[in-house]
Amino acid sequence: MPRTVRDVVFVDGVRTPFGKAGPKGIYHETRADDLVVKAIRELLRRNPGLDPKKIDEVAIAATTQIGDQGLTIGRTAGILAGLPQSVPGYSIDRMCAGALTAVTTVAGSVAFGAYDIAIAGGVEHMGRHPMGEGVDPNPRFVSEKLVDESALFMGMTAENLHDRYPQITKLRADEYAVRSQEKAAKAYANGKIQADLVPISVRRTNPEGGETGWGLVTADEPMRPGTTLENLSGLKTPFRVHGRVTAGNAAGLNDGATASLIASEEFAREHDLPVKMRLVSYSFAGVEPEVMGYGPIPATEKALAQAGLSISDIGLFEINEAFAVQVLAFLDHYGIADDDERVNQYGGAIAFGHPLASSGVRLMTQLARQFEEQPHVRYGLTTMCVGFGMGATVIWENPHFEGDK
Amino acid sequence: MSTTAELLKQASELFPDEVVTSAHVRHFDLPQGAGRFALITLDNGHDHTKPTTFGPASLANLNAAIDQVEKEAADGEIVGVGITGKPFIFAVGADLKGVEILKEYEHALAIGKGGHEVFKRLSKLAVPTFAYYNGAAMGGGVEVGLHCTYRTVSAALPAFSLPEVFLGLVPGWGGCTLLPNLIGPEKAVSVIIENSLNQNKQLKGKQVYELGIADAIFEGADFLEQSLIWTASVLKGELEIERPVIDRGEAWDQAVAKGRFIADSKVHGAAPAAYRALDIIAAAKNGDLQQGYDAEDKALADLIMGGELRAGIYAFNLVQKRGKRPAGAPDKNLARPVTKVGVVGAGLMASQLALLFLRRLEVPVVLTDIDQERVDKGVGYVHAEIDKLLAKGRINQDKANRLKALVTGVLDKAEGFADADFIIEAVFEEMGVKQKVFAEVEAVAPAHAILATNTSSLSVSEMASKLKHPERVVGFHFFNPVAVLPLLEIVRGEQTDDASLATAFGVAKKLKKTAVLVKDAPAFVVNRILTRFMGEIQNVIDEGTPVEVAEKAVEPLGLPMSPLVLLELVGPAIGLHVSETLNRAFPDRFTVSPNLKAVVEAGKRGFYVYDSGKPELDPEVAALLKQGDSVLTEEQVRDRVLDAVAQEIGLMLDEGVVAEAQDIDLCLITGAGWPFHLGGITPYLDREGVSERVNGKKFLAPGVASVPA
Repeated sequence: MPRTVRDVVFVDGVRTPFGKAGPKGIYHETRADDLVVKAIRELLRRNPGLDPKKIDEVAIAATTQIGDQGLTIGRTAGILAGLPQSVPGYSIDRMCAGALTAVTTVAGSVAFGAYDIAIAGGVEHMGRHPMGEGVDPNPRFVSEKLVDESALFMGMTAENLHDRYPQITKLRADEYAVRSQEKAAKAYANGKIQADLVPISVRRTNPEGGETGWGLVTADEPMRPGTTLENLSGLKTPFRVHGRVTAGNAAGLNDGATASLIASEEFAREHDLPVKMRLVSYSFAGVEPEVMGYGPIPATEKALAQAGLSISDIGLFEINEAFAVQVLAFLDHYGIADDDERVNQYGGAIAFGHPLASSGVRLMTQLARQFEEQPHVRYGLTTMCVGFGMGATVIWENPHFEGDK
Repeated sequence: MSTTAELLKQASELFPDEVVTSAHVRHFDLPQGAGRFALITLDNGHDHTKPTTFGPASLANLNAAIDQVEKEAADGEIVGVGITGKPFIFAVGADLKGVEILKEYEHALAIGKGGHEVFKRLSKLAVPTFAYYNGAAMGGGVEVGLHCTYRTVSAALPAFSLPEVFLGLVPGWGGCTLLPNLIGPEKAVSVIIENSLNQNKQLKGKQVYELGIADAIFEGADFLEQSLIWTASVLKGELEIERPVIDRGEAWDQAVAKGRFIADSKVHGAAPAAYRALDIIAAAKNGDLQQGYDAEDKALADLIMGGELRAGIYAFNLVQKRGKRPAGAPDKNLARPVTKVGVVGAGLMASQLALLFLRRLEVPVVLTDIDQERVDKGVGYVHAEIDKLLAKGRINQDKANRLKALVTGVLDKAEGFADADFIIEAVFEEMGVKQKVFAEVEAVAPAHAILATNTSSLSVSEMASKLKHPERVVGFHFFNPVAVLPLLEIVRGEQTDDASLATAFGVAKKLKKTAVLVKDAPAFVVNRILTRFMGEIQNVIDEGTPVEVAEKAVEPLGLPMSPLVLLELVGPAIGLHVSETLNRAFPDRFTVSPNLKAVVEAGKRGFYVYDSGKPELDPEVAALLKQGDSVLTEEQVRDRVLDAVAQEIGLMLDEGVVAEAQDIDLCLITGAGWPFHLGGITPYLDREGVSERVNGKKFLAPGVASVPA
């Protein structure tokens, strides 16, 4: 049977505001599945032209697939969101790149012709499911020295990356973090973020977290606008004595969910759905687990090579800021300045937060907004590092591109 | 401290056991830049299995929350105020325990005033108010929302009602006044009167919206979020809420008249609540809210201090609590599993039982009878009933296939019952026949199997007496129609052991029946009392009182039907048979009416003909009647009948037929449909002075189903 690979597009993406994990966090009494369900429902509300019966798949990522993130959450979330029973679903895990992998996996199926349109997203409630909950690493990892012991602790891998690139100092990392907060605050002030957030009702019964009863969350909780270098300089380095990685130059522990619609371009055009980004290529790569922050570099190399592009063709970058050092390693590799304006224009995870498996779609939603505003840009990329030594990159084309005017 | 706060503080001192509801106030920014909002959450701190209620301390909490938002609204700090509930529950109204303990009229009046004073503040804030009916809302829960400017409702809301009239109250925190002014009198009468008197029918979210009680409806998954987004649009003036104009002319009076008709047909003027509610709805026509609230206060206080409400709450608690935890039932851990059911007989009653066991237990059910034709007919009946359920959409095809495959019929009891755990007989009502059937069953059934009898009047102990294992025989007496009446009298024979009895109660629970433990006494509870009651009516007719006088005499009780209509429903032949059984047991109190015998022998199915559309004495029956010359007044008839009932119940309690008078009432409510306002019957006999006149004492202690001393 002859096949034609089909163009795949990013139709739309939404997310919940991100919260701080822990007993005082806004989502402390909110279930993880409810977060992703509400994101899916918002996605459908925003695209009333899409008949839910036509959705071919619901792929939802979560790192810790236990409890309210377990039970094949892609399927259960579809039912809870009110999708027709005929719409199937499954779960995905690639730790931090979960939602990104959900997008590329359904995109592959769309290109192949198995699906016309699918929902891809992710959720991580790190308050209800702390990193490492229920893990049982094989003792051979240590006995056979397959990985360094630090590989399981993301903060330690970030310190290791500082060791590998001595030119990336704590000061550079802190300066980067301050800029991320500034850019995020500016993006909020300019209304760039809110349009893609779904408000979430939250209940609080413990007065230690603030006023009790039902409330409504409409903005990211982790943001620290006005952060200065002085604020950051005194912070503890919890992963190493006299280390460089602090809570200020890394993303926190967060709760949140995202959802996106991925379709064949033909289907989207036929059904009058928005076409916000066109998929060019995607790639994943493995690196030494103890310097997992290096992962985006080989992943990007592969994705560029597939697309026949060079780094100079990329006009906008959305790099997940798990740690400032990991972004800086990437920028140094490609000779891009720390404050290059093509990079994370709205700020990044250091400001918004990084609920592991949900973050990939946040990068895409923000890149899609930037594409719309900047039709002179043709290509952009979303990239992130992944635990246990991986990187993930997706290159996108701007459908609003107006040529080299 | 405001006077309202003082009033509530005093009231809360009377009610130290209140489960107090908090009114949490939380502030946040609405979407779309609509401004700062204050949301009040009603929450009693328990999960949904203990719904949020309003007692005086709870009202005081809400009052304090309103103090706070009132000031914020006046100071321009907030643009609106919302009110919603904890997960799955909005609020289910006044705490009935707080009503039960009230002894003074002044305190009863304060309950009404307290609620009004707090709730109506929600309509007088400087900003609009919004109720978000997120879950179950009843009574005062519904009413607190009616005082708000706008309302939304969740499509997932399972139960919404103003059940006050059902219990014996009026919706007295604004319901009677506000609801007709919001949705018109006809719909208000339907909610307040018709639904209440129709076994407390509940509305679902969609109906709440369609009736116009809520201005918008949103799905359960993100109900509160969407309600708040909607709120933002309303506050920004982007959405205009239109409500229908209400016809304040003749239509209003017609709606109230219709309500009176409904009330008459249900309670026959015997209980005041529906009529008091209708009076207030009628007066609400002029739109004067305060006048309505004052009338509600007075109606509440009058009803709270009256016997009908106390009996109503007592009856409600019997059904809700005692009915679910039967008095005297053995430890449920003794119960054996029931994985297959046998039914001896395949007649109509047996087939109905087979269907009930099949639907509720979903285990194999096997019918036997004396010939193949009867067996086939029984199985055919069950199959046809399953098809009806399928056609109505009550079950799906898979379930229908499953149920049909589970029911079989065989001639050979050994084949059918060899692995059955519970075998019930519904054969001809004669001791010899039943003893023979049980002997045959015992010969083939497993040693552990329960042998149950659906006898209505024969001795269970005698039926078991010739068996090798009489300890596993229990009486399992259903009421017709089996699918409708909840009562199941479970009869303990002299030798019945605890494990068998526990198994019987376990099965009853799965059948979703209200099980009451009764002693093996003639005709058990309901039939004994009804027969004594009917017998006395029959006696006065036989002695010379005209039929219509005898019938009218008991109208003030508000029974579901008149005695002779009931006799027609039961069947005069069956009525006669039971009266003969009881006459043999208690010849001094139970008579066999020669007139009834004549009617039965003449083959008449009842006393009335309905050619004119209403019951009239059948001339052929009239010709059969031979009456004496002692003509009593209605009052004299009523006294005689009630005296007889009080005497019989007194004797039954002395004999230990049931544990307490409460069980008698529970039986009459769930097995004979006797009304809540009578509390079954003993609260009524107590408050009318009958109990003391006949037995020298009341059945119930003061306060149990009456105003506490």
